[in-house]
Amino acid sequence: MTSPVIQVQGIRKTYGRLVAVHDVSFDVNDGEIFGLIGPNGAGKSTTMECVEGIRTPDSGKITVLGLDPIRDVYALQERIGVQLQQAQLQKRIKVWEAVRLWASLYRKQPYVGDQLLEQLGLTDKRNAWFMTLSGGQKQRLFIALALINNPEVVFLDELTTGLDPQARRAIWDLVRGIRERGKTVFLTTHLMEEAERLCDRVAIIEYGRIIDVDTPQRLVARHCPEREVILVSDDGRAADAFARFASVTRDGSRYSIRGVGEELVADVIGSLSEHQIKVSDFRTVLPSLEDVFLKLTGHSIRD
Amino acid sequence: MLRGLGELTWLEIKIFLREPMGAIGTIFVPVLAFLLLGRFTSRNPVVPPVSMAGLFGEGGVPVLVSILISISAVLSLVTIISIYRESGILKRLRATPLRPPTILTAHVLVKLLLTALTMILMVLAGRRYFTVGHNVPLFSFAVALLLSTWSILSIGFVIASIVPTARFAQPLGALVLYPMVGLSGLFVPINALPPALRLVTRVLPLTYSVSLLEGIWRGESWTAHGSDVVALIAVFVVCTAISSRVFRWE
Repeated sequence: MTSPVIQVQGIRKTYGRLVAVHDVSFDVNDGEIFGLIGPNGAGKSTTMECVEGIRTPDSGKITVLGLDPIRDVYALQERIGVQLQQAQLQKRIKVWEAVRLWASLYRKQPYVGDQLLEQLGLTDKRNAWFMTLSGGQKQRLFIALALINNPEVVFLDELTTGLDPQARRAIWDLVRGIRERGKTVFLTTHLMEEAERLCDRVAIIEYGRIIDVDTPQRLVARHCPEREVILVSDDGRAADAFARFASVTRDGSRYSIRGVGEELVADVIGSLSEHQIKVSDFRTVLPSLEDVFLKLTGHSIRD
Repeated sequence: MLRGLGELTWLEIKIFLREPMGAIGTIFVPVLAFLLLGRFTSRNPVVPPVSMAGLFGEGGVPVLVSILISISAVLSLVTIISIYRESGILKRLRATPLRPPTILTAHVLVKLLLTALTMILMVLAGRRYFTVGHNVPLFSFAVALLLSTWSILSIGFVIASIVPTARFAQPLGALVLYPMVGLSGLFVPINALPPALRLVTRVLPLTYSVSLLEGIWRGESWTAHGSDVVALIAVFVVCTAISSRVFRWE
């Protein structure tokens, strides 16, 4: 296995008396979408900006593509693409001018701005001023700017915050497209759904500390193995059929069966077919990253 | 080091001219006001044009106008820099291979070019009403004005470093710069001021701008104003050193 593209070891960053990042360590592997997830103020952006070389950590060690982000910042910026949270451009800069400017700043690449604008659906906005773009169009432009130098690692900070669900899904497809081109993506989000659908691996961060790192599936399996089956049946024998399960609650014809582990759903279906019980509704409730977060931190990510 | 400077400067000029108050406010309005004033004074026999200059001493009006052009450029710089900081543009530009000084130098160049352009338009527009003496070295005067603007722009960066938000930029800049005009020796000769104020004028950079511009307008040599040039360069060095320490990118 190749060595990680990004290695972060024990970084700490304070602003005056506020400790933004306590002690953060993680690796990002080549070709994956890695997400740093946590509530606002958890230290996501600070951590990411230290990795990008635009902030200097107080202590700890960071390596990106074998480079030191502070010492080798200009060499690094040639090889990475960055989208910043809540950044703007000049109100009256035209889309093509921004792309042209960015292209002129990097040493290596032939100009690919027009292809990028086309891939990101911005061709008909080429001559539009930045201030006239919608939120989704602005974010797509920022993705174009982050990709203009054909970077090896792409950093996306709160990429879809403030976008409507449709624009958000379109952006997710674009991010998957970036991975398909063989690039590594490091993103931050406070949207659990986004992390779950997009990320190969996630690190949960809170109060400047990493709580756990893994694939979304394994995090759920590890921290929230509980499963719940909810079904509706008018069959009088149903209660007897479910007697073997430890936790069953009944509300009229509606049953809720709880258990631990992947087998619960199969076991319930097994009981139903064994006793030939008809059901009019059947659904399973699976825990999500949201539940993992709740369990690990004791509060919802939105609090 | 300077990669992207040309591209960024050109872009910032275009963007500035697209601002509603950009080109109109800083170039056309002053030139238009100058033209209307010229028309009025040349038709009014009570105030013959020559006596306008007499109000301030030789070269007074052109120097005053030049200083005002220069200050409006500095105020515009302070406003733009603070807006760029507030909306994250500076931070975004910094996360590229652009060197931080390049980003700021582009804005200085834009302001110097616009100052030069406004001055050329003023000279062209004013030719009908105000005769510029043949002995006035316009080219040297332009160089002196750009040197002076360049120096005052560095004060602008210090102001831009400390203004909390973009809304305070213009008023704070005006509060710092306009009183300097009053004490620069343009309105009241420095020797006529009380000793305490005279001391104050010594540390105000505009005093040296005015002294240099008036001298060059009168046809004096650069060497006669070497101390003014040194003072303006010193202001630039000190202010640049201060703002490189306290300048905030976000």
